Amino acid sequence: MNATAGSALAVEITGLNKWFKTFHVLRDVSLSVPRKERVVICGPSGSGKSTLIRCINGLERHEEGRVVVEGAELTGDEAHTQAVRANVGMVFQQFNLFPHLTVLENCTLAPQWVRKMPRKDAEALAMQYLERVHIPEQALKYPGQLSGGQQQRVAIARALTMQPRIMLFDEPTSALDPEMIKEVLETMVELAETGMTMLVVTHEMGFAKTVADRIVFMDAGEIVEIAPPSEFFTNPKNARTKEFLGQILR
Amino acid sequence: MGAIRKPPRRQLPGPVQWMRENLFSSLFNSILTVVAIVLIYQTVVPFVGWAIVNAAWSGQGREACLPYADGACWPFIIERSGQIVYGFYEQAERWRVDVVFMLLGIGLAWLMMPRLPAKGAVGVVMLTVFPVAAFVLLVGGMGLPPVPVERWGGLMITLVVAVTGIVASLPLGILLALGRRSELPVVRGLSIAFIELWRGVPLITVLFMAANMLPLFMPDGMTINKLLSALIAVALFSSAYMAEVVRGGLQAVGKGQYEAAAALGLGYWRSMLFVILPQALRLCLPNIVGNFIGLMKDTSLVSIIGFLDLLGIIQSGNADADWATPNTAMTGYVFLGAVFWVICYSMSRYARALETKLQGGDAR
Repeated sequence: MNATAGSALAVEITGLNKWFKTFHVLRDVSLSVPRKERVVICGPSGSGKSTLIRCINGLERHEEGRVVVEGAELTGDEAHTQAVRANVGMVFQQFNLFPHLTVLENCTLAPQWVRKMPRKDAEALAMQYLERVHIPEQALKYPGQLSGGQQQRVAIARALTMQPRIMLFDEPTSALDPEMIKEVLETMVELAETGMTMLVVTHEMGFAKTVADRIVFMDAGEIVEIAPPSEFFTNPKNARTKEFLGQILR
Repeated sequence: MGAIRKPPRRQLPGPVQWMRENLFSSLFNSILTVVAIVLIYQTVVPFVGWAIVNAAWSGQGREACLPYADGACWPFIIERSGQIVYGFYEQAERWRVDVVFMLLGIGLAWLMMPRLPAKGAVGVVMLTVFPVAAFVLLVGGMGLPPVPVERWGGLMITLVVAVTGIVASLPLGILLALGRRSELPVVRGLSIAFIELWRGVPLITVLFMAANMLPLFMPDGMTINKLLSALIAVALFSSAYMAEVVRGGLQAVGKGQYEAAAALGLGYWRSMLFVILPQALRLCLPNIVGNFIGLMKDTSLVSIIGFLDLLGIIQSGNADADWATPNTAMTGYVFLGAVFWVICYSMSRYARALETKLQGGDAR
C-alpha cells in the first residue's frame, strides 16, 4: 500500500489494447484519472466504454498495455486482482443484487468475508450506507421486493460498504424506468460531492454537464476526445463527437 | 377514495355442472371419461379384492394362506418382518439398528420441521457425529460385539446404501460440477473424464466390478469389504449424475451474479459458496431430489451382488418352500413396491414443500 501514497493518480491506463476473439474492442487507449476526479465516459453503443471500465477492476483481462489502479498494476494474477477489486466499487446496469439475500445481507457479505469484519460492525456499516442512499427502512427486504431505482441505490450502498477509493458506474440508469432515473442520479451526485473518484459510463448528459470534471468520448474502441463539459458540449473538436452530440442532444 | 371493492365471488358449480364442465364437455371428452372409468374399475376393484378383501391376514405358515387362492398372503410379510427390516442381523443386537434408525429419524425430522431452531448445528451433527455413531453401532466396536456385513440385510442395508449415496453424492457432485466449469484445463479435463466415465457405464456393471473384480486387483492378503466397495461405487456413480444436475443450475445463474461477486472482491470459493451455489442449488432442487429418488430405487441393484436388501430378502422368501403359495411372490413384490413408494413419495413431497418455502423467502 506504500505505492498508493506515491502517486496522485487513482487510475492510470497506458497503451491499452483488448480483443474479443478477433474483434479489436479497445485500441491503444490511454487515460489518467487523478484522485477525486469525476470522469464521464460516453459514446455510441459498441464503442468499448463498458469494456474500458471493466478493465479497471479486472472483470475483463487486457492483452496489451498497463492498467494501474491506486499504484497497483493489474497483471492478471488472481490474488493481485482481488486486492484491487477490494478498493474499486462497481455498479452495474442490471443492479446484480444477490436475490437470495436480504438488502442488509447484500451489503454485509463483502465486509464480513473480504474485510473480515465482525457481523455487528458490518451491519452497522451497512446501515450507515443504506441511510446514505435513503433506504434504511428496506434493509430486511429482498431485492425482488424493491423497485428498480431502489435496487440500484442498494447496489451503490453495497459497493460503498467496501469503502472503495474508486467507484465505477456501468450505465447505472439505462435499465431504469424514467421516473426512477432521478433518484439514482441524485444519489450519485451526493456521492460525487463527498470527493469520491468516479468513472461513469452513461448517456445522461445532464449528469455529465453538472457533475463531470472531464468527459471522455469514445468511438470504435478509441478515445476520440477528452474535454471538460463546458468545452465538450459547446465546442467539440472532433467531427465524430459533433455527430454523436447532434444525435443525443435534440 | 372510493369504498374498497372486492372482486365478485365466483359461483361454485354444483356437482352436475362440474361433471358437465370437466368430464363431459365434448363428445371426445365423454368417450375418454367412460374409457377411464372402465379401466379404473377393471384394475382397482380386483386389486382391492386381492390385497384386502380376499387376502389372508393371520395365521402361521403357508397353510394359513392356501385357502385364500385369490388373495394376498400377508402372514408371509408379518412373519418375515424381522428379516425385512434387519436381514440376518443377530436378534440380540437388533436394538443397535433401531437406535440408528431413531437417530436418523430424529435428525431428519429436526431438519425438516420449520419451527425447530439450530438447524445448522443439527445439520453438522448429522453429517459428522451421526455417520461415526451409526458406523460403530452397526459394525460394532467400542465394546459392542461385531456384526459382519454378511449378516446385514433388508431395509437397513437399503437405507445404508441410499443414505450414504445421497450424502456423498451431493458434495462430490458439486465439486465435479465446479471442476467441469473450471478455467484450469487439467481440473476441467479430469472432471469431464470422471463424469463421462461413470455416466457411460451401467450401475450393475459398476457393482459387479466393485464386488468381484476389485478384490482381484488387491495385493495378496488384503481384502476389501464388499459392502464398502459397493457404497463407494454407488456414491461415485451418483455423484457423476449429480454433477450434471448442479452444472445445469450453475449455468442458469446469470453472468451478472458472478461479476457482482467478483467486483466486490469475493474470491472464487467465497463467490461460489455465498452467491452462486445457493442460487444454483435452489434452481436445480427438483432435479437433485429426482436424482435422490432414482438413487433410492437403484439401491435394489445391490441384491444382484449378493446383498439381501429389501428386494433380496423378499426374493429369498419367495424361494422358501415353507411359504410356497400361489400368492407369496406377488404379495412380496406389492409390499416392496409400497415401501419404496412411501419413501420416494415422502422425498418428493418434502422437496416440493422446500421449493415453496424458498420461493416465499425470495418473494420473486
